[in-house]
Amino acid sequence: MAQVSVRQVVKSYETYQAVHGIDLEIKDEEFVVLVGPSGCGKSTTLRMIAGLEEITSGEIWIGGDKVNDMPPRDRDIAMVFQNYALYPHMTVFDNMAFGLKLRKYAKDDIKKRVDEAARILDIAPLLARKPKALSGGQRQRVAMGRAIVRHPRVFLFDEPLSNLDAKLRVQMRTEIKKVHQTVRTTTIYVTHDQIEAMTLADRVVVMNQGRIEQVGPPQELYHNPATRFVAGFIGSPAMNFLPVRVIDDGGLKVQLSSGVKLVVPPARVAHYAPYKGREMTLGLRPEHLTETRDMEKPGVVLFDALVDVTEPMGMETMVHFFDDGAPVCARVDPAFPCTPGHTITLAADMNQMHLIENDTGRVV
Amino acid sequence: MNATVQPSGRRPARLTTGRIGLYAFLPISALFFLTPLYVMMVTSLKTMPEIRSGSILSWPSAHNLDAWVRASSQACTGLSCNGIQTGFWNSVRILVPSVAASIAVGAVTGYTLSFWRARGAKTLFAALMIVAFMPYQVFIYPLVRLFAMAGVGNSLLGIVLVHTIFGLPTMTLLFRNHFAALPMELFKAARVDGAGFWRIFLQIMLPMAVPIAVVAMILQVTGIWNDFLLGLVFTGCRNLPMTVQLNNIVASSQGERLYNVDMAATMLTALVPLCIYFISGRWFVRGIAAGAVKG
Repeated sequence: MAQVSVRQVVKSYETYQAVHGIDLEIKDEEFVVLVGPSGCGKSTTLRMIAGLEEITSGEIWIGGDKVNDMPPRDRDIAMVFQNYALYPHMTVFDNMAFGLKLRKYAKDDIKKRVDEAARILDIAPLLARKPKALSGGQRQRVAMGRAIVRHPRVFLFDEPLSNLDAKLRVQMRTEIKKVHQTVRTTTIYVTHDQIEAMTLADRVVVMNQGRIEQVGPPQELYHNPATRFVAGFIGSPAMNFLPVRVIDDGGLKVQLSSGVKLVVPPARVAHYAPYKGREMTLGLRPEHLTETRDMEKPGVVLFDALVDVTEPMGMETMVHFFDDGAPVCARVDPAFPCTPGHTITLAADMNQMHLIENDTGRVV
Repeated sequence: MNATVQPSGRRPARLTTGRIGLYAFLPISALFFLTPLYVMMVTSLKTMPEIRSGSILSWPSAHNLDAWVRASSQACTGLSCNGIQTGFWNSVRILVPSVAASIAVGAVTGYTLSFWRARGAKTLFAALMIVAFMPYQVFIYPLVRLFAMAGVGNSLLGIVLVHTIFGLPTMTLLFRNHFAALPMELFKAARVDGAGFWRIFLQIMLPMAVPIAVVAMILQVTGIWNDFLLGLVFTGCRNLPMTVQLNNIVASSQGERLYNVDMAATMLTALVPLCIYFISGRWFVRGIAAGAVKG
């Protein structure tokens, strides 16, 4: 059990800098997910915390110890890898016991710990098997078992579910959450899948190009993204971005490039007024562009759209259309009639709008 | 729906010209390689009068093992007449430590180069590969001088060292490529689990390198057993390997040339690599395939 501090950590390679001085404080027992597109530095950061990658400058602290120059084995961490990294010539039991044996635990203590981990992960009948004889999901469980038997101060997960098929991934996601609730160990989890980040994390760290874009609980990131990058990365389907001009013709409005004017809700008028006359970007999530249902709500604006493509998902239907060349996605009730080539009326819930500065990418 | 699909077009010919050529080529090439072996075998079983009178390919009239006995325990090289058996035991004494040492050093070097990314590892590997293609003769004189100065010239230790050094590039290449095909995460997982340099090597990597170790063993056993030049130069007179002794027997120029003994001695010398191939041929293929496709 430990808190982890990453202070001004930089990682440079010969030709480029992968991580640009990031700061991160992780509380004891917290589940933190590092998320971002590939090449954003999240895996490098994790490996630096693990000690598998040297840090160029900065400091990393685990539970009150500065671990900059400590080899991985002295950091008291456990790591789960994307490709499981099980030792192929050892049985499941030996795979899980390997780290304990190296740390000179007593034989019966090792057995007790492995059995307990096997019980938590439901792999007790597999202990005598070799990894070759296991399915992907089972291998991933063993890899997690190898991590929990040690009762380390920190768990590190490096894209642990990326090798599994979609259905198993969802199932293992729940398993990981359950394990964390049982074992309550500080966990740092790296993924490129924003849904994994949203569902697992106490706090999500969104990274982009070697920098931290935003840190916060999943809901906060979803509803109050700090930058255009976070707004676009979190949420699926992604948020719609439309070029707009902030105008005032008897009330503050944003005007789309197609000419449609959307009224800014009263609560935001004072906040957005300073941007009057400027070219900005409007961010609006698909679920806030719906069929006309609760028209009584203030701030809801109607407009027409020519349907391009529809994607029925069962519990909802995604409607794709263009606003002066900019692709837009709306999320409507499956019963709502919309056929490609026809014009429908949609309602934009402007209470949920985001206004983004074009040059800085900052959400204002 | 019709149950069967009728084949259409001309039935493909069973026997094409290519096939006929192949079937003709295979027995001919087999004969080409087997004939010398056959000649050696039958000659070694004949008596000298029979060799002088008969055809080289004729079947021996009586299976006479005298030549084999003489070759192994009575044939003369220089002043001693103990047969080729001294050479056999000399070769074994050279072979076992040389094979063990060269594989061990190659495996550790290959492991270090592929996982520990030491400073200058790439340069070192490139240098090793360049050296692998240099002819031995270039190194012999400097090495002889060096060994003489170090006091290991003309000794068993000297020849073991030489074989280990000359085996290093091939062994390193073999093991490095095998380890490079293994996922890096395996190594990282072992480090996080708390294993150090040697423990990762001995408990994780080496057990996974068994197929490639078998390949290495076959290469080294045959290479070192068949070596003539290094054995001649570096062993001194007391440890001459079997190949050198065989040459001394076969090339001796005094008295009557005993073809049957020469043949028997040659067969005896070839026995070890032959056995290795027969026993481990299956492993050899498996090891190469394992390295080629995936680790």
